[in-house]
Amino acid sequence: MTPPHAPPLLEVHDLHVAYGKIEAVKGITFTVHPGEVVTLIGTNGAGKTTTLRALSGLLPPRSGTIHFNGHTLNGTPAHRIVALGLAHSPEGRHIFPRLTITENLQLGAYLRKDTTAVNDDLQRVHALFPVLAERARQPAGTLSGGEQQMLAMGRALMSRPKLLMLDEPSMGLSPIMMRKIMDTIAELKAAGTTILLVEQNAQAALALADQAHVMEVGRIVLSGTGAQLLHDTSVRKAYLGED
Amino acid sequence: MHQLPQQLANGIILGAMYGLIAIGYTMVYGIVQLINFAHGEIFMIGGFGALTVHLALPAATPLLLALPLMIAGGITAAVAIAVTAERFAYRPLRGAPRLAPLITAIGLSIALQQAVWKWYPDAKKARVFPQFTGDSLHLLGATVQRGELFLLIAAPLCMTALGLFVSRTRTGRGMQATAQDPDTARLMGIDTDRIIVIAFTIGAAFAAVAAVAHGLKYGQVDFRMGFITGLKAFTAAVLGGIGNIYGAMLGGLVLGIAEALATGYIDHIPGMAQFGGGSWKDVWAFVLLILVLLLRPQGLLGERVADRA
Repeated sequence: MTPPHAPPLLEVHDLHVAYGKIEAVKGITFTVHPGEVVTLIGTNGAGKTTTLRALSGLLPPRSGTIHFNGHTLNGTPAHRIVALGLAHSPEGRHIFPRLTITENLQLGAYLRKDTTAVNDDLQRVHALFPVLAERARQPAGTLSGGEQQMLAMGRALMSRPKLLMLDEPSMGLSPIMMRKIMDTIAELKAAGTTILLVEQNAQAALALADQAHVMEVGRIVLSGTGAQLLHDTSVRKAYLGED
Repeated sequence: MHQLPQQLANGIILGAMYGLIAIGYTMVYGIVQLINFAHGEIFMIGGFGALTVHLALPAATPLLLALPLMIAGGITAAVAIAVTAERFAYRPLRGAPRLAPLITAIGLSIALQQAVWKWYPDAKKARVFPQFTGDSLHLLGATVQRGELFLLIAAPLCMTALGLFVSRTRTGRGMQATAQDPDTARLMGIDTDRIIVIAFTIGAAFAAVAAVAHGLKYGQVDFRMGFITGLKAFTAAVLGGIGNIYGAMLGGLVLGIAEALATGYIDHIPGMAQFGGGSWKDVWAFVLLILVLLLRPQGLLGERVADRA
């Protein structure tokens, strides 16, 4: 899809992240090119969420480098990283429950001054998730889990990101809602959005991904295209529930 | 004479003062889950800031002209101390166990009292605060002193401005987001450190306005004035539902009115004669707090907050 000579949008090199003395990410290296969907899969505790939290500045990396769109992100505070075009839809959705749906979406565009374009993006998010328009004035806490996930994704899109990071977008959702969310991600991919996806539904994630990395206890143990990993015997055994 | 309109007026005036101070407790708690026990002293320092401006002005300056400058002086002093405390005492402890900033706040409270006692000229005794002269006013069957009128104008103005700020401005929205989920607020591009400073600033400014009102009402300021008043205002914040700005004002008014009514009427209840009057009002205020905590632990306007993941 992407010409191989295009410079990566995100370049992570030998990243280590720790909570106190416990190192959760132990030196991972990967890249994301413009227009790609890259997925990190792995069991709970593999370090996927920690990786995303370090990329968005919520956790300081212990060592290693993060280059994003020409900037070095090590130690940059989270609120500045959004401004550079990196949006993070966190695990567990984390919508603002007592603000309305529209207020939540507007917060996604908190740093943007281009009011007209923000309104265009609001229309775009409404087109993507009509329920967010229908229930615009309701407190976000009244939405169902799947609708909250739509809101969290819509909110991340409102910053008009160069890279959209989605952490477990299908977690805890009904199979129908899960399908809907994965379809939306496919739609975003088709529209050219660059996505870094962390997902426990490995089957769905690999089917979408251009590049995929399997994480185990803080390390990347296997990398390949989505299709390669989807047909890899060890991956099928460990993550896709085959004997 | 204990007529009802007078007791209600006394209660509303006292309550509006508690409410203004309670805003500072509730905003800071709502955002950083810190009970800023030094807030009573921020209030006291606001009073001394206003007094300092009064002393610096020519003695013949009419109080009505001096008042805006005194308010500005009080706000400047209170905000300066509050922001410094946040930056150097509380911020380094963010992420520490909750007891650490709480003990820091108590220590700061004592240090600020002692600093004023030691270094402010003649502050070892109460210092005289200027008073409005002239007849008191008669409103709806109650007598209101001219100095008290200040609060009846200032409190609604402050509350309206705060309500508009929080609900209508971008920064106010950012403040609500930070209170609900600080990490996610950062992901939106909100500088949460700045939001915390703004919360301390607003709280200190409102406390300073309350301190000017306190000075005008009682004719004096002293280094201990923040202790019991601060405790009452904290009670008001809990009563109204801590974290909720409208709850803080409502809690203040309920507390003020309850105190006034208890002062005026408890001794009329058969068998309760010895529990009335001003000396028991603090007891009734805290009895009310205990009752609310038993019957409605989240406070009058508080919501049951689910623990954050």
